[in-house]
Amino acid sequence: MITLISENPDSYMFHTPNIRATARQAEAMGLPLLSWPTRGEKETELNDLRAALAAARDRFGIEGVVTGAIESVYQAARTQRIARDLDLWCFNPLWQVNQVDYLRLILSKGFKVIISGVFAYPLDASWLGAELTEEMISKLAELQRRYQINPSGEGGELETFVLDGPNFQKRIEILEATQSYENYSGHFVIEEMRLVEK
Amino acid sequence: MILLVDLCFEVKSLSGYEFVDPIADALDRAGFPYRVTHYTEIRENEVGMCDGIILCGTALNDNAYAGHIESFDWIKICEKPILGICAGMQVIGAVFGGCIISQPAIGLQKIKIVNDSPLLGEPREIEGYHLHNFGVSLPDGFQILAGTPEQVDAFRHNVKPVYGIVFHPEVRNKWIIERFAALRY
Repeated sequence: MITLISENPDSYMFHTPNIRATARQAEAMGLPLLSWPTRGEKETELNDLRAALAAARDRFGIEGVVTGAIESVYQAARTQRIARDLDLWCFNPLWQVNQVDYLRLILSKGFKVIISGVFAYPLDASWLGAELTEEMISKLAELQRRYQINPSGEGGELETFVLDGPNFQKRIEILEATQSYENYSGHFVIEEMRLVEK
Repeated sequence: MILLVDLCFEVKSLSGYEFVDPIADALDRAGFPYRVTHYTEIRENEVGMCDGIILCGTALNDNAYAGHIESFDWIKICEKPILGICAGMQVIGAVFGGCIISQPAIGLQKIKIVNDSPLLGEPREIEGYHLHNFGVSLPDGFQILAGTPEQVDAFRHNVKPVYGIVFHPEVRNKWIIERFAALRY
């Protein structure tokens, strides 16, 4: 698992909310984690992604990278170019998937997902920290119809954090969290968490 | 029924989600039934039963299909409409005598349609998603639909309903897949 830790919370390329908590996710899944710092500046941040993937190749012998790109040509094309330059395979198994179907799939597979940030109208503070449910998916589908938001949040409309899933050996329990919200922009910050046996 | 031919390096590869499923989904949502077969497992009766055939693309690192062009000899005698996408276009070109050539491109680029056709419509400029290290030269008996002789973005056979496009229509241009599926000869 490779995590880019961006100084810029508004990176074009990288996820930022609760990004340091990915260390616990890697531990829960039994995966080694490679964390790599970046200033998160547009385009130059790609050099950091390139360095991180090269380090993963050299340190762990990876032969390819799997991304979660769905619709983002911006992110997919840049990752493809870097993988090609490093002679790594690049897999995007969610590419072009219907986003509402995808949300229903991860729910049906047993993933436990919470909303860790909202950044678009009309998403209000009630979304922060809420768990993904069928009711929430229906709301997101309606918001897609009315406002063209990406239900999966790939356009940065919302961000999520995974607490449990079929590939998790342990689940994550949040012990303490804080949140802030103003003008349709809010963060749910995990302050303290622990791993729990399943 | 449209026969989707998976050109990836192995049956049920991880790449299938990326290069076959989006085309299957586009067909499904447009109401066209389809069936998926890997190129190493294709049978004569499958070709005979279908209304059209789409040869799908592969990952950038996956050029295994280019070492098995003889697996696609059936294309030469097939009378059904065929659409080759990216690697699929390279295969069609190679089967008809063209050469697979280095032609790397990744990302959205302008596509200049230069000749009218039932597949791409009248000459104009569109934007298409490229993801390939290779292209193919124009074989004898084909005409360019988009691009230039040096970089053929789309071609068609002069007589048969056989098409190739080097960009990926499943990204931003699903109408091309739907239009192909609706072709009748």
